[in-house]
Amino acid sequence: MAETKSIIGTQNKKGQTYTDAWKLLNEAPRTPSFFTGSEVIKEAIRRASCDVMIAYPITPQSEAAALIGELFAEGYVGDYFRGESEFAVMSQCAGAAFGGARVFTTTAGPGTMRAMENFPMWAGSRLPIQMIVTCRGINSPLSIQPDTLEIAYLLNTGMLVWHAETAQDFFDWILKGYMVSEEPDVHLPLALCCDGFFVTHTKDVVNLTPADMCLPPYDPYRSPVPCMDMECPPVRMMRDPFVMKSNYISYATHASWQQEIWAAVERSRKHSIHWLNGLIDAENTDTDIMIVASGTAVSQGREAIRMLEDEGVRCGLVKVKTLRPWPEEEIREATKNAKHIFVPEFNVTGWLAKEIKATIPNHHRVHAGPHVCGGMTMPPEIIVNEIKTALGMKKSFVMAGRGS
Amino acid sequence: MSKERIQISEDLYDIMPSDYQDLVKSSTYGKEDRGWKDIGTSKELIEQHSLCAGCPESMAFRYILASLPNPEDTVMVGSTGCTSLVFPMVAVHNIHSLFGNQNAVASGLKRALSVRFPDRVKDVVVLAGDGATVDIGLDMTLQAWFRQEKFTTICFDNELYANTGGQESGLMQKGFVAKMAPVGKLFDKVRLPEIARESGCHYVVNCTVSKPSLVEKVIRNAVHIAREIGPTYLQLYTPCILEIGKNSMEGLQEMRDSEKPAERFAYKEYVSEPAKQLLAELAAKDKERKAAAKQLAGQASA
Ligand SMILES: Cc1ncc(C[n+]2csc(CCOP(=O)(O)OP(=O)(O)O)c2C)c(N)n1
Ligand code: SF4
Ligand SMILES: [Mg+2]
Repeated sequence: MAETKSIIGTQNKKGQTYTDAWKLLNEAPRTPSFFTGSEVIKEAIRRASCDVMIAYPITPQSEAAALIGELFAEGYVGDYFRGESEFAVMSQCAGAAFGGARVFTTTAGPGTMRAMENFPMWAGSRLPIQMIVTCRGINSPLSIQPDTLEIAYLLNTGMLVWHAETAQDFFDWILKGYMVSEEPDVHLPLALCCDGFFVTHTKDVVNLTPADMCLPPYDPYRSPVPCMDMECPPVRMMRDPFVMKSNYISYATHASWQQEIWAAVERSRKHSIHWLNGLIDAENTDTDIMIVASGTAVSQGREAIRMLEDEGVRCGLVKVKTLRPWPEEEIREATKNAKHIFVPEFNVTGWLAKEIKATIPNHHRVHAGPHVCGGMTMPPEIIVNEIKTALGMKKSFVMAGRGS
Repeated sequence: MSKERIQISEDLYDIMPSDYQDLVKSSTYGKEDRGWKDIGTSKELIEQHSLCAGCPESMAFRYILASLPNPEDTVMVGSTGCTSLVFPMVAVHNIHSLFGNQNAVASGLKRALSVRFPDRVKDVVVLAGDGATVDIGLDMTLQAWFRQEKFTTICFDNELYANTGGQESGLMQKGFVAKMAPVGKLFDKVRLPEIARESGCHYVVNCTVSKPSLVEKVIRNAVHIAREIGPTYLQLYTPCILEIGKNSMEGLQEMRDSEKPAERFAYKEYVSEPAKQLLAELAAKDKERKAAAKQLAGQASA
């Protein structure tokens, strides 16, 4: 802590000033800039004081991963290389984080699935790695198109999982993400997800913090577990190697450690609320009809609400920002007046609707849909139609080629 | 550093475990010419382990830990397998994460340590089984070498998957009948030492751990070359006495039999040109140091 404080106001080798993270994100002047999501990732990492970034190409994150390489060439990132596969990359990230580095990586779709064995290991090892997931299809036939199914697989890894709606979320949350996941009582990896292409490849106005200010560096000695750098005593980690033994004490040790990981996810709640200004954003929660969504489905929902308003139908909106920690209380409270809850999603199984059904009372209120997948877009019209059909109203739109 | 980082606060001394007190009193962190001969007169960096009685892996571990040139600034990376039963008892920082990803973890670790400690030596040493190194992890083993990552890879070759009960592995001999090789293994023992050389390793040794002095030499060479030049690879025969049907006291003989000329663990070594040069420089420095020490001793007695 002391070390972090004393470094504030000093400069790194690129002449950026280490700035208190709260001031950087909430008080420093912002410049509106017109960027793609991939460029925004680069701009966030420029300000993130990252020690190591490891890359592997997969659409739609390849551009962002390559742009971080440019940052490395310019001297903004300590080390950077292309690994041989996502499985290897995530293990390389683990090694770097075990060694006390602030680590960044990006992946998508099949890459997330290829690397999956690493994620519970990251969480179990308390490694605060940040991984951007630019979601895309994962099932055969091969698809590079946006589809959020992979998020469902991340939810039980012990990682923090956030779902950004816009490039602006992305910029802010990359920086805020490190602040939450590096807290000593959290110290867990973060999967910062977005919907591929919709966020990565479209241009948007994003308000950026000054390029000559950056986050304070990561202090690995605030970790709740020892940093593997031989700078503190190499105490033998266990007097008896309980791993792989079949006895009660080994089960108890493993069980309590798993409970501790999930307790750490819970403890991230207060920090996430602090930094993200709440785990959800809610509007018009007094209405009968609510849309609850995450990612770009929120933007489509917002547009659908505007269209419904034109027809005199009022509808509220919940934007779910963090999936882990799961905003159980917040969603319950925001939907308590709703008779109908619609959950538009960019995946075939509707994992968000399932989470919500498991959270709120009277879950028959949840209409799991509309769903699009495999790269289909979600015009707000289909949300409007879904809502009107459920309410027994006449549909407003005939959707060509989509059936009814 | 010697032992300053492991010192115990005086007030807490009596409540520390005795094996930790022993580490502070008589381990050989920081001793320049540490080696296998310290075993018996100093506290070893390995506490009791739970390998099978007489498992040659335990000898290998003891010799290696006694010989690391810089244990006070060395981080080890292991993998799942019989070795992972030992690492919790090792007094240098070590990482176990998954089965087979050890060279990927070590790549990230070495780079992080280089970023964080640009002006200091931090050695990274991988130690994993043959299944981890050659089968499930082969991709990452080779790719780390292609990239010229500066760490040492040690493979404990027991020619099978010991920890899961003796299944076929790529380093198993052809014809050996094992679980999952019910009619005998159908293909040759993978020639990883040769592949290592072709993949860019600067120092490759294939041998057994029957002679502690030899283990000391190859470990020191491998770590020094990895530190200064590039990847190094040691393939050490540590027979799984349990799965090949030997008794506790027969491991040593098994190794001696397998290292005879023309046998598969006859000593083989490859040293690249830059590595040869480095070893010559180190030998010259060592000679100088010994001569100076002798002179000093002479003056003292005169
Ligand atoms: C992904 C994965 N696959 C399989 C295993 C099961 N497994 C654990 S140890 C092991 C064999 C280890 O063999 P080797 O690397 O030769 O080490 P040894 O036990 O022989 O020393 C296997 C297959 C695992 N832990 N993880
Ligand atoms: S199973 Fe084999 S390799 Fe493992 S500890 Fe026993 S003898 Fe050693
Ligand atoms: Mg083996």
